[in-house]
Amino acid sequence: MKNVLMLIFKRTGASLITVFIISLIIFIGVEALPGDVAETVLGQGATPETVEAFRKELKLDLPPHVRYVAWLNDFVHGEFGNSLANGRPVAGLIGWRFGNTLFLAMSTAVIAIPLAIILGMLAALYRNTFFDKLISTTTLTFISFPEFFIAYILISLLSVKFNIFPSLAVIDPEMGLGSRIYAIILPSLTLTFVVTAHMMRQTRAAIINVLASAYIEMAEIKGMKRLRIIILHAFPNSLSPVINVVAVNMAYLIVGVVLVEVVFVYPGLGQLLVDSVAKRDLPVVQASGLVFSVVYISLNLFADILSMLSNPKLRQSQI
Amino acid sequence: MLKLLRQSPLSARIGMGIVILNILVALFAPLIAPYGETSVVGDVWESSSAKFYLGTDHIGRDLFTRMVYGARNTIALALLTTALSFFAGALLGLIAAVKGAWTDQLISRAIDIIMAFPTLIFALMILSVIGSSIPNLIFTIALVDLTRVYRLSRAVAMDIEVMEFVEAARLRGEGLWWLIRHEILPNALPPLIAEFGLRFCFVFLFIASLSFLGLGLQPPLADWGGMVRENSGAITFGIFIPLIPAAAIALLTVGINLIVDWFLHLSSGLHE
Amino acid sequence: MNNLLEIKNLYLEAFYEEKWQPIVHDISLELKRGEVLGLIGESGAGKSTIGLAAMGYARQGCRIASGSINLDGVEMFEASEQELRKVRGSKISYVAQSAAASFNPAHRVIKQYAEAPVQHGLMNSAKAEKEAIELYRRLFLPSPEKIGYRYPHELSGGQLQRAMVAMAMSCKPDIIVFDEPTTALDVTTQIEVLAAVKEITEKMNKAALYITHDLAVVAQVAHRIMVLRNGRLVEVNETRELIKNPKEKYTRELLNVRSLRENKKIHDKMDVILDIKDVAATYTGDKNVVEDIDLTVRKGRTVALVGESGSGKSTVAKIITGLLPANNGSIKFLGKELPRKLKDRKKDDLRRMQMIYQMPDTALNPKQTVRKVIGRPLEFYFGIKGKEAEDKIRQLLVDIELDPDHYIGRLTTELSGGEKQRICIARALAAEPELIICDEVTSALDQLVAEGILDLLQDLQNKTDMSYLFITHDLATVKAIADKIVIMLQGKIVEQGEKKEILTPPHHEYTDKLLASVPEMDPDWLDNLLEQRASTFI
Repeated sequence: MKNVLMLIFKRTGASLITVFIISLIIFIGVEALPGDVAETVLGQGATPETVEAFRKELKLDLPPHVRYVAWLNDFVHGEFGNSLANGRPVAGLIGWRFGNTLFLAMSTAVIAIPLAIILGMLAALYRNTFFDKLISTTTLTFISFPEFFIAYILISLLSVKFNIFPSLAVIDPEMGLGSRIYAIILPSLTLTFVVTAHMMRQTRAAIINVLASAYIEMAEIKGMKRLRIIILHAFPNSLSPVINVVAVNMAYLIVGVVLVEVVFVYPGLGQLLVDSVAKRDLPVVQASGLVFSVVYISLNLFADILSMLSNPKLRQSQI
Repeated sequence: MLKLLRQSPLSARIGMGIVILNILVALFAPLIAPYGETSVVGDVWESSSAKFYLGTDHIGRDLFTRMVYGARNTIALALLTTALSFFAGALLGLIAAVKGAWTDQLISRAIDIIMAFPTLIFALMILSVIGSSIPNLIFTIALVDLTRVYRLSRAVAMDIEVMEFVEAARLRGEGLWWLIRHEILPNALPPLIAEFGLRFCFVFLFIASLSFLGLGLQPPLADWGGMVRENSGAITFGIFIPLIPAAAIALLTVGINLIVDWFLHLSSGLHE
Repeated sequence: MNNLLEIKNLYLEAFYEEKWQPIVHDISLELKRGEVLGLIGESGAGKSTIGLAAMGYARQGCRIASGSINLDGVEMFEASEQELRKVRGSKISYVAQSAAASFNPAHRVIKQYAEAPVQHGLMNSAKAEKEAIELYRRLFLPSPEKIGYRYPHELSGGQLQRAMVAMAMSCKPDIIVFDEPTTALDVTTQIEVLAAVKEITEKMNKAALYITHDLAVVAQVAHRIMVLRNGRLVEVNETRELIKNPKEKYTRELLNVRSLRENKKIHDKMDVILDIKDVAATYTGDKNVVEDIDLTVRKGRTVALVGESGSGKSTVAKIITGLLPANNGSIKFLGKELPRKLKDRKKDDLRRMQMIYQMPDTALNPKQTVRKVIGRPLEFYFGIKGKEAEDKIRQLLVDIELDPDHYIGRLTTELSGGEKQRICIARALAAEPELIICDEVTSALDQLVAEGILDLLQDLQNKTDMSYLFITHDLATVKAIADKIVIMLQGKIVEQGEKKEILTPPHHEYTDKLLASVPEMDPDWLDNLLEQRASTFI
């Protein structure tokens, strides 16, 4: 067990360093602007007073390293500064929306991951049959479609033509779980199509790889039943590669959620990010960008750790 | 070459047909389009007729014209960006693999940092600071995309680099450029070519998505992603116009994926 | 009916280049209880596929086209999945070539032993595990009561191979198919496994199909030997009879492999080409992976650097070429001290020292033609291009016994292993070197092809006075071609000297062990060796 723990420890350390570095980059990204931040954002027509106030707001009058430490310190304490657009604290804006985005992402993941794995397994087991070819073609189409295309198709069909689901995912803090789920069915469905398609193709490839191993052949030569071979021989060795596949595809989930939120005007962090980018509301952009990145890095870390734990070749019998 | 084409499966042929059609439209846009790219010629959201093959958009411009120019703009931008990111990423990957040691570590760590950001988020953050002009777009998307090309080209180059014929060339005293050009690159081409296709799809979808979010090509330039955005209001009226540019995006991507799939199938077979 | 296994008119096919093509033609064989039949042939002979077909099994991309496979009264050809499953593992079992890949990394070794007998309903797992431990003991595995409870990646190659032999015994099958079980192992480990095989076949009276490319090895364990070539039968006979009176030319060639070549003397007045003293190096920075290396190569002579895996012999080659810089000692080449790092060396020094590799498939760039491969050293070292280069390339092709017109424009991927290796030699010769380092150049080739390469190298040496540093683990080759022998173990040289000196006792303990482990064509060799060992233990 010890060498696995060491690996996990090192991996977590690496992640923390990465988070530190990207926060630095996000900070510098704004600082390294050619010209003056204030003027670039506020535009040519800004008065000297507004520019000065803006400067003070972003603490641009202090030296960079002092500013960075202050910014990081604030961030860790949940103090993200104030939005340039409406002066309200960024933390408040982000909090609720982050929860909404998580809700949407989770409900998608809960369906997409098992679906992709099962379909991928079946396609691998029944390789080159009609079923496999059908699924491969379908998923190829879906990974080629932009999320908004799928979204609008679904809206056209299920919202406009047949009025089953709402085309705008409107939710508010007082809603119950049931109505929340009803509101996000279309956005979640859109995301599910895309994420499942990507994941299923890679799962299929990973399992085909395992099935081609010599020890699977050995089990057949020993006269073992097919079901036993799949469950006892193929499955334990597929865990690690499949977990890797899921991890890699979480990226599609995070990117997709932004697009889907915009189409359905869903009050999530993705929509906030896009709006703030359009308005050049830098504190909000910085904060939401950092939140997304930290979530992404954490997901990868979690997946890596799971993968290490489920890798049979890292086990020690201590005998 | 021709023998390969004759043996190609139906799916690859469909893909090739789609791609060729798109290229032709993009190249000869001014000759094909009946109206000017930004001219307002009719009523808002008119349905398709002999005058306007696909109807009009949310301001009254001919949708067909917009689609044709959109093909040109989006495809040209995507091609340019992909070429840039591919060239930079592949070169860096090859160098990192052949030089190894510090060079490899340095470049790989830098790439890792960029890859720690989710792609769209990263692009959005950069664009919010520097703005969405065309050079900025090309730079940002190329930066995000070259990381993937780097990873692949480095992995492919490292697989080749451990083979003894590379060591034999090294022992001869051959320099870095000779190794890359004569020993590694000819063997790395098949997977790299396939990757170019995939990268184009990614960049193409990426530009479309950014435009859809309002952060890509700015109006009044015709651009398929932007057109989806502009006309999205029509859906609620039961007018399915935004589906047309969206479908065009999807179609081209499918076409390229079909070709890449076939190419991968071919090159893996050749290895046996 | 006497025969345990009877195969009649077997045809096997493989799917490549878009269609099914025959790889085994009309093979028939019989196997009685307690009998060991050796299947011998070079690669492509079809022996593995026949071995698998004996249990009605064909790999992905292969199929049993026609024929009868009768195992103790049960017809296996076109039998149902159920029937085949009943027989596999219980009546007939298989020992694969690579034990490491054949064990499931997720389960303990002993559980994989117990799987077959328990699933076939022969006994419960407790009993199976008890029997496993007993077998591990009989097969000379260390800590037999504990070793089975480890995971496969915790055992060494040789240990896993024996564990796989034990696993094949778990259902006490009537027949065991051994598929090249010792090919991937060191000579000294090979002995243990062969002894294990003999234990099972003789003491436990099991029938066996023993598949290998090494005639000397199969002569130790088989009662009868079947010689195969390109999927067809060449000759079949009782072992001793086959060795004494081979009927076919091909069989005779296989028997004459590695026969002794001329003996050359070495004297002090000869030019010293390479002289390394007190050389050491490390990969990681703290521990030296080789140490105290002294060796000398003289003009026109072959120095064989011998050792098993992990001995450090390949590392010494890397040090000499500068790929791994030494951290101690001196390397003198043609009287001059060479810089330790490759990049510090002059082009002309690099030219005079050439290297030939083990795997011909990866030693040549698949996208280059023969012309380019051989032409590049000419251009790079001597600036020779155009017509002059073309002529020189043709001459080199003649020197390596390949027809220039036929080969000069071909891509290297189109050539066979032996042809590729010859091109590698030509590439080295094009630089007009003084020393050629041969790194296991025959290990990946079929025996007869390897013979050809060794003959060629010897001819070249006679004609041009070329010096060779020949790195190998194969003592049979060493005995045939070396003038001087250097023996390495775990990073150090244990003994070195002229061939005659080394091959006659008294030896260093390890040399003794190494020499004794090389199988001879004598069927009694293994028995004698084991007896000797047993008596020394008492």
